[in-house]
Amino acid sequence: MQAVEEIASVDVPKRALYIRTLVGELERIHSHLLWLGVAGHEVGFDTLLMYTWRDREVVMDILAMLTGNRVNYGINMVGGVRRDVTPEQAKDILKAMDTLEERTKYYIQIATQETTLIQRLSGVGLLSHKDALNLGAVGPTARASSVDRDVRRDDPYAAYADIKFKVITDNHNDVYGRTLVRVGELLESYNIIRQVLKDLPDGPLMVKVPRKIPAGEAVSRYEAPRGEDMHYVKANGTDKPERVKVRAPTLANIQTVAKMLEDRQLADLPIVIAAIDPCFSCTDRLTGIRHEGSRKKNVLKWEELRSYSIKYYQEHGIDFTELNRKAARLLK
Amino acid sequence: MISFFYILIFPGFLFLSVFGLAAEFVDRKLYARLQNRVGPPWFQPLADFIKLSAKEEIIPEEANPSMFKIMPVLAITATITAFFYIPLWSIKPLFAFSGDLIVVLYLLTIPTLTFFLGGWYSTSLYSKIGAVRALTQLFAYEVPLLMSILAPALLANSWSLSEISLFYSRHPLLWLFNLLGFAISMISLLGKLEKVPFDIPEAETEIVAGTFTEYSGKLLGLFRLGIDIEAIVGASLMAAVYLPFGLSLPTVLGFFLFVTKVMAIICVLSVLRTIFARLRIDQMVDFCWKCLAPLAFIQLFIDLIFKGIVLR
Repeated sequence: MQAVEEIASVDVPKRALYIRTLVGELERIHSHLLWLGVAGHEVGFDTLLMYTWRDREVVMDILAMLTGNRVNYGINMVGGVRRDVTPEQAKDILKAMDTLEERTKYYIQIATQETTLIQRLSGVGLLSHKDALNLGAVGPTARASSVDRDVRRDDPYAAYADIKFKVITDNHNDVYGRTLVRVGELLESYNIIRQVLKDLPDGPLMVKVPRKIPAGEAVSRYEAPRGEDMHYVKANGTDKPERVKVRAPTLANIQTVAKMLEDRQLADLPIVIAAIDPCFSCTDRLTGIRHEGSRKKNVLKWEELRSYSIKYYQEHGIDFTELNRKAARLLK
Repeated sequence: MISFFYILIFPGFLFLSVFGLAAEFVDRKLYARLQNRVGPPWFQPLADFIKLSAKEEIIPEEANPSMFKIMPVLAITATITAFFYIPLWSIKPLFAFSGDLIVVLYLLTIPTLTFFLGGWYSTSLYSKIGAVRALTQLFAYEVPLLMSILAPALLANSWSLSEISLFYSRHPLLWLFNLLGFAISMISLLGKLEKVPFDIPEAETEIVAGTFTEYSGKLLGLFRLGIDIEAIVGASLMAAVYLPFGLSLPTVLGFFLFVTKVMAIICVLSVLRTIFARLRIDQMVDFCWKCLAPLAFIQLFIDLIFKGIVLR
């Protein structure tokens, strides 16, 4: 969205930028609370999972109230946002922030005092400052190895330039540090949301953007809850982009996992992988194989892939043709 | 005839199964309520058992079928046998001989051994890791458990459970000296029952279900019933050794007192499993040998000194 706006050189109204910040921070809160629960579950602390996920419902309800959706908000449009925040909604959000802040302080207390939890988290998944830089870690994973890097501050987008907030870093270099960074960021997010709602400027929500985006290219950076998200968009003067490339934070972080797992026990595997808050579908990449000397890429079409899989299973003694025929007959 | 009644109905298989399922319900409900969940209805453990019994049993091709099948039965048999030697609501248990305390403790290690063998003979990787972890854990918690249970026996000067009960009913307040041992053996019991923080052999996020990964249908149902019964037998042993009061009440009252004691112990166990994270196997072994075993020694010393000075 930001990249397209940059290509079309649209001036997004201020109110829309503030609402984008608001929704972005709410998303961060929900993501970090979710992560805290998952981390608890991975080390067998299900009570933490149940508690954080219950509190996560508060922020999910706010998101549903603001955008109409719990997960895929779809609030951003090219040129602005889709929905407004009414003063009553703002009051509800502020009230929810107070509740969540209190709960988060309680989780900080648990994370820093509960012995079994600390034993499972500290010293696990070590990633030194140097390795974090070399392997290109992003987000909380990098910040827990004292890499002071945050797109919201370094390259401000939306309304972040007008807002005061701290970038949380930690020098534990382990899963414990990543937990502290995430709960610290939760507290910062509550403050950001309070500032956004206090300074919410008046004005329109959208500006009209022509359907056809002029030719050009742009890179947009965004600090997602898991780390820096990068989008490259190339437009060619029509209403469809010529090329879009997304680098999700997990792709940057997944390289560090191998380093973190060196010389560790099997029991640490789940929590170390979970500690980067992975999104495996975000790391899906296509590898095209080009035969030497030929310029033609070997790409399977859908039909070819299907017949290949049928042949593969038949060779391994599994044959569904009879079943398929029966199913077809039943469907008739 | 009467022995069949003892073994199959009361206080044998049927009574223990009902009691075990009830205890599982209390445990699950309390666990859920503490976690702010609604929890299962009262018949859920029974429904689970019936459902599992109706399901197909799948035995892995590589596994040794007879060993695979016999293990759940062995686990249940051992725990029920142990139950006959524990005094429940009176001083006399069903069967007794001098030294039955040791026999009960050893019968209670058999379920853990069956977990090991069952997991080992399933030949799946997850099961094998779970099996080895179960055995490693056994070596860690067994010594503190034994030592802390032997302390009250030392004070009573007998290896027989009925004589221990007799001793404590003569000296009603002496059980207060064994509270440290009670705490130690409760923690060890968590290890024996493989509950958080010691659910390492079946850590679901690491090794699927550990020992029970390959088990399904009736066999899994029997294993789970066996664990429920083991919880009851373990709790009854704790009640008999550490809470030996009210043993001369009339039968009905005494029975209710016994049920209350066991349920209280089950509740404490489920509270404990709510508030901890799962330890790693090395941390667990460290904890048992560096903390629990010395504490059990202290308990032994307390009893020895008390016996040498006061009871002479």
